[in-house]
Amino acid sequence: MTVSEVKPRKPWKASPKDRSVDLAIFIAAALLSFFFVDFTPMKGKLAYFATFFVFYMLIGAIFKFVTRGSASAVDIVVNTLVALGAIITVLPIGSILITVIVKGSKGLHLGLLTHDMSLATPTDPITNGGLLHAITGTLTLVTLALIMSVPIGILTALYLTEIKGIFTRPIRFLVQAMSGVPSIVAGLFILSAVLYPITKSYSGFMGSLALTILMIPTIARTSEEVLLLIPNDLREAGVALGGTQWRTVAMIVLPAARSGLVTAMILGVARIAGETAPILLLTGGADTVNPNPFKGPIGSLPYYIWKSFAAGSTESITRAWTGLLVLLGIILILFTLARILGNRKVAR
Amino acid sequence: MTDSNERENEKMETSVQSSGLADVAHAAKRREPGSMPMGRGLEARGVHAWFGSNHVLSDITLDFAAGTVTALIGPSGCGKSTFIRTMNRMHEFIPGAAMAGEVLLDGRDVYAPGTDVTKIRLQIGMVFQKPNPFPSMTIGENVLSGLKLAQLKVANKEELMEECLVRAGLWNEVKDRLGAHGGSLSGGQQQRLCIARSLAVRPQVLLMDEPCSALDPGSTLRIEETIRQLSDSMTIVIVTHNMQQAARVSDYTAFFLADGGPGAMIECAPTSEIFSRPQDKRTENYVTGRFG
Repeated sequence: MTVSEVKPRKPWKASPKDRSVDLAIFIAAALLSFFFVDFTPMKGKLAYFATFFVFYMLIGAIFKFVTRGSASAVDIVVNTLVALGAIITVLPIGSILITVIVKGSKGLHLGLLTHDMSLATPTDPITNGGLLHAITGTLTLVTLALIMSVPIGILTALYLTEIKGIFTRPIRFLVQAMSGVPSIVAGLFILSAVLYPITKSYSGFMGSLALTILMIPTIARTSEEVLLLIPNDLREAGVALGGTQWRTVAMIVLPAARSGLVTAMILGVARIAGETAPILLLTGGADTVNPNPFKGPIGSLPYYIWKSFAAGSTESITRAWTGLLVLLGIILILFTLARILGNRKVAR
Repeated sequence: MTDSNERENEKMETSVQSSGLADVAHAAKRREPGSMPMGRGLEARGVHAWFGSNHVLSDITLDFAAGTVTALIGPSGCGKSTFIRTMNRMHEFIPGAAMAGEVLLDGRDVYAPGTDVTKIRLQIGMVFQKPNPFPSMTIGENVLSGLKLAQLKVANKEELMEECLVRAGLWNEVKDRLGAHGGSLSGGQQQRLCIARSLAVRPQVLLMDEPCSALDPGSTLRIEETIRQLSDSMTIVIVTHNMQQAARVSDYTAFFLADGGPGAMIECAPTSEIFSRPQDKRTENYVTGRFG
């Protein structure tokens, strides 16, 4: 039996020769930019970066124009610009992350999770005290705000997409307007409408009320967009099987939109987890763990970061960076958890 | 491997079936109205429909006798789908929709004040043009979804599930993977799943809105067989653009046409007559493929 040997190929991919040409252009551009910056008064990394891109684009375009024609030249120019846009977008994020990790990791120690700041002063060594009060406080605030805003947000979205009553337009407008409300306004509102006239004391609940105000528009808008993506076929199929509108929504529309609704919750949490202004106004920022969100001041990570930076000593500034790192870590963990829960297959 | 063989066979059968329009039309089984013990069927009395100020359907009076299959044919935009949607009150879901006339199920107007709409839709089931299994449910759950939606109790769910899947001609293909998601089936299987889903609530009438328009010939044949079997126990109304299909599955055929104005019914007669001796010139032009 003779089987002719056929090797799988990918003719649409760049050949090794193409790739070495691209690499040569890259190196040439890098070298040119290096000399150019050295022999002109320009200075710094930004100059290398900028001249490199200009040279890469120029050399590439000229080379491609000569070898392949104008379409290839335009192609390389546009590709470079798109890549530049992507890099400029990612750079600040990467830079922030690296800065937080480098500066924050200096203050990491196991005691962070078991101690609070009640027995530590700003000038104490970093190993004294911890973040327990702030971590528990932030989790409490976020959980309370989630419990209040998720039902309201999703019900609002259901009103906008499923019921489509006469108030749909004004409500949609208000929700959109609310999502632009500065957080300090939400904080001041709770301060003047609830804290001063009624409770007259700081508490975690006051903070989560303000966070709820900020969170509802995010959840409602995202949920609305997710629900609009659910094909109308499914709603019609549910109703055609003899379901009432409510049962169709509860059994078919919401489960079909589940992962999107989880995303809406994640975005809501992302909106509020690092929110500082209302927390400063309303929670009082305790240094000890306060398990009761309805009574007495409560600590939180944003408050801790703000307070530590304000204290000004070397140790406390390191503490602030560590707090930032922990806050980022907590948000990451929450996101991952939500993703896992949202994608889990329906158990039978 | 066996799967693809099966599909090949189906294709061959289909090509045999579709040869010779008139022959097939005569081969379609005929049944006299009212001979089946399943209610009095469905009657439309002077049905009109509007979308906003656009009059799309004018004065349709048509009887669907119990136990018959009626095909609605006609060019796109002549109001066939709108008409069947008025009959199980799905028409009202479209913003700006309006209607006039009566739709009688067992002699009672489904639009009468105080009628429980969900009950009407339980008795008049519907299969849509595009297969739309519920994505968050398994195959088994999809079949029983109507019971859950309408909060009906059933003694033996497994038995009902099997019965519906058998009647929809899907049981053999899915019996080993009832726990898989509905979306994992092929288009034709999904459509049969949707039929099985409609059967589970035991409707008296089944409305089918171009159920095979998105399917391959093999799946189409399967669904046509299913329709023929189902007509023993229920009244079926099927909208189709495929005239061979109308000839193969239906006892009666109604021809709809929108000639500039709102859609109207031109002619309704036993299927063999529509295809061999149409009374109206326009019907003849349409069924012989001269327009539309």
